[in-house]
Amino acid sequence: MRIKGPRATAVALTLPLLAFIGLSFVAPLGTLLSKSAYDPNVANILPRTLAALDGWSGGGLPAEAAFAAIAEELPKARQARTLVRVAGPVNRLKSGLRRVLARTARQVEKTEYAGSWRAALIGIDPAWQEPDTWLAIQAAGARFTLRHYLQALDLERRPDGDIGLRPEQSRIYVPLLWRTLLVSLGVTLLCLAIGYPIAHLIATSPPKRSNLLLLMVLVPFWTSLLVRTTAWIVLLQRQGVINSLLVSMGITPDGERLELIYNMTGTFTAMTHVLLPFMVLPLYSVMRSIPPTHMAAAASLGANPVQGFLRVYLPQTLPGIGAGGLLVFILAIGYYITPALVGGRSGQLISNMIAYHVQTSLNWGLAAALSSILLVAVIGLYLIYSRLIGIDRVRLS
Amino acid sequence: MNPVLWRRVGHYGFIAFCAAAFIFLLAPILVIVPLSFNAEPYFTFTEGMLRLDPEAYSLRWYRNVVEDEAWSRALVNSLVIGSAATLLATTLGTLAALGLASPAMPGRALITGILISPMVTPIIIVAVGMFFFYSSIGLGQSLTGLILAHAALGAPFVVITVTATLSGFDPTLLRAAASLGAGPLRRFFRVQLPLIAPGVFSGGLFAFATSFDEVVVVLFMGGLEQRTIPRQMWSGIREQISPSILAVAVFLIAFALVALFTVQWLRRRSTGR
Repeated sequence: MRIKGPRATAVALTLPLLAFIGLSFVAPLGTLLSKSAYDPNVANILPRTLAALDGWSGGGLPAEAAFAAIAEELPKARQARTLVRVAGPVNRLKSGLRRVLARTARQVEKTEYAGSWRAALIGIDPAWQEPDTWLAIQAAGARFTLRHYLQALDLERRPDGDIGLRPEQSRIYVPLLWRTLLVSLGVTLLCLAIGYPIAHLIATSPPKRSNLLLLMVLVPFWTSLLVRTTAWIVLLQRQGVINSLLVSMGITPDGERLELIYNMTGTFTAMTHVLLPFMVLPLYSVMRSIPPTHMAAAASLGANPVQGFLRVYLPQTLPGIGAGGLLVFILAIGYYITPALVGGRSGQLISNMIAYHVQTSLNWGLAAALSSILLVAVIGLYLIYSRLIGIDRVRLS
Repeated sequence: MNPVLWRRVGHYGFIAFCAAAFIFLLAPILVIVPLSFNAEPYFTFTEGMLRLDPEAYSLRWYRNVVEDEAWSRALVNSLVIGSAATLLATTLGTLAALGLASPAMPGRALITGILISPMVTPIIIVAVGMFFFYSSIGLGQSLTGLILAHAALGAPFVVITVTATLSGFDPTLLRAAASLGAGPLRRFFRVQLPLIAPGVFSGGLFAFATSFDEVVVVLFMGGLEQRTIPRQMWSGIREQISPSILAVAVFLIAFALVALFTVQWLRRRSTGR
């Protein structure tokens, strides 16, 4: 020990986990982030076409060399089964091109060269005489691109090169980001409104009762997220417990059962339930340290309970409100499982859109750009949290 | 109006509000347990259940789950992934916590931040990143990939709990052991580890519970062969929700209760309260 010194020992002890987290966690995040701006697929599959397009910028049609190159490279990609990797990104820039590329790759093999690939390709599909087609291929061929970020922020590059907002009806992501932020804020406030009184009750009860009440917060906290989400489906669905109760009590007619789930109501209810303990626990640990004599002193000095609460108690609980609120907000903006299961169509958040682009639309670049934006937001909040509260003071039980 | 009356109204209002909040917190669990014994395939209390008619209750959903091979395979997968990930996370996490507790540790805040980051990163980002990365190195759709992924998610919990336990550990005990001639390994295994064992154990339990409840990474990275219990529940909820899910849910609630009480007990032991 003396040979190495305590500093070297301490570093050596943390190194294995640091290396492990680096490989199993940071490297995946790096891969994801790089996909948001870097995509070599098209450039690797159509190198000669892109070289021939170099210097051409949409004025008229590209040179014969570009037609010749793509007539050679498309069938090659089809045989190597890599054509999808070109067709996907190109089609996203100009819809309909997926079909054009597939058809051209198929037919160009059977076409005899008759002096002009330009004429041959246009004969296969008239899309080849539109400069837009070539511009899309050229744009998709860029290894580094910011277009995913532009799309994630509902921006677009106009034909004249300026960057501007997309037309209103095709703005999807910024409204979704706003919705995610608003839902997270709403859930945080709801958790605060419900959590503050119960944390106070737990903190001021005699020890035995306090332990029991604390247990009632910890049991749902430890219960599987999927179990709790299932429970809310059972409780809230049309044929579920709450609706049946209301119908049997004659409060709502059988034909007008309430829509409590598969919409924003479902997302709000289940998210608040899941995140409530994260608000109660930090509040409780702050409130426990406030001596009850403070309120008594305020009262003896003539403050009524409301004044006493606002001027003496509340200010002392602000650290707990900050800690719990930030924690709930951070967890809420990255929420995935609950909205996916109980959110229906209107209760989806940004995480669900990321999953959609990875699994269904296969637009990985856009998914990566949306993830980076979300990640930056979370890291920002996390830094605020660690500055205000200190990371090492995170408590778990 | 009379201020005493006001105060009383305020007090009872407060109590009523708290009671409602606790019902909100516990309602899901209170509803799931009895409904899992429902003899009918409904998600409401039947009249027979309300009359406490024994005919209205049955164990058929439990039998369904036990007899269904998909669930038993999922349980095996969950246990294999969970224990391997816990072992990895606990070993590395405890070592790191020992390093971080040393007063000589440089850059403690930054390193703690990095080590804890898997806990606060939105799970969807983790899952998507791991899906890309692990498939690119040939570990997509493999138990190994899932074990590594879950170990990374569980390690922060170990770091936090062990660090908390170490703050109550008296380092002079190590010096005493050294003065009696014990080498570093002996000092660790015979003096320090027994004393911080409750913290290590609850950290491990946290890591296991994290893996046992994790569905998003499995959803993206795992194939049919790697279905875990939460993954199986996920498809059950998505496709057709049958009361068998409730039987599994009761099993998971029982697991949560055991884990919770174990952690509480360990904490009481380690703090001497």
